[in-house]
Amino acid sequence: MYGRKVKLRFFFVLIILFILSLSVFLILKSLKDNVVYFKSPTEVKALAEINKKKIRIGGMVKNDSILMKEKELNFIVTDFKNEINVVYSGLIPNLFSEGKGVVAEGFLKDKSLFLATKILAKHDENYMPPEVKSALEEK
Amino acid sequence: MFKYFEPNKIFSITSKAPKYVLLLFIIILSIGLTEALIFSPEDYKQSQSVRIMYVHVPAAWTCLGIFSIITFLSTTGYIFKIRNFFLISKSLAPSGFVFNIIALVTGSIWGKPTWGTWWAWDARITSMLILALFYILYLIAWRIYDDNDKAFKATSFITILGIINVPIIKYSVDWWNTLHQPASINILSKSSIHLSMLYPLLIMTAAFALFSLLIFLMKYNTELIKIKNKGLDRL
Repeated sequence: MYGRKVKLRFFFVLIILFILSLSVFLILKSLKDNVVYFKSPTEVKALAEINKKKIRIGGMVKNDSILMKEKELNFIVTDFKNEINVVYSGLIPNLFSEGKGVVAEGFLKDKSLFLATKILAKHDENYMPPEVKSALEEK
Repeated sequence: MFKYFEPNKIFSITSKAPKYVLLLFIIILSIGLTEALIFSPEDYKQSQSVRIMYVHVPAAWTCLGIFSIITFLSTTGYIFKIRNFFLISKSLAPSGFVFNIIALVTGSIWGKPTWGTWWAWDARITSMLILALFYILYLIAWRIYDDNDKAFKATSFITILGIINVPIIKYSVDWWNTLHQPASINILSKSSIHLSMLYPLLIMTAAFALFSLLIFLMKYNTELIKIKNKGLDRL
């Protein structure tokens, strides 16, 4: 059917592809901690020690947890298993609201208190017109 | 079997086709843009900035699609020694690269009002940037090798390297915590995007695909002229 050289080149491509994907897989696996953009409250709970480096935590802003003081903003990040209190002062993105995703960058004081230096709103995958949203809420 | 394409025959098609493709592209793009910018509703949460998505997502899809096609053609071209496939890949690459840059830039513009940052080193965004680097590498490889055989080998190797990144881009939002939201459109399960927003998105995707086809035909035409000038009668 095909010549010997064609088969050889075919297997050569297969082997290259296999070895490269395997190495990329191993690299990503060993770097997992750096590939994730943020840690969830449960992952923070599981940390062996709290180091002083800047980290990012993320999850949902717990309903009725936002507390605005004069220059300080308090809210709770939850993944519905564990919770972390966040203290922050600074600019807040427009989409930051209760019941929505958030990523906070800053320092862990202890496993339930986080001092944020920057807040990013995480958007979810739902796209719909406002009318549909209100219709959904009425249900 | 692919060896005996006659440049003259292909040339007669590729030199006439662009004007029809251009016409179709203009029609589809104007329908898509009016749908996306005027008729489609605003989003319940991001309001008007959702309209950036109608450029961002189709651009990202097109650049991923083109890279996959280039990889397929380059590797089969390398295995079966089909010169024509390399020329097709070479002519496809520039529009893929342009759409990659468009996806990155529009994503950045969308990210500022929505996330509150222009750029985040999360897995999806970083892997998209890496794809752009592979596009650059691919385009440079064609420039630096004068010898066609060397260019064929180098570019197919680059595409094999780069294609590993494509499933990483696709699944990055599922495998790791990312700032970028997961996919809204699923072929197998229900999409989490409303139909009134899905249609303009699909029309814009068709428009971008047609634009890539147009640029491809023009580039490919030039390649064929080069071959004719060299006096080769076969690809």
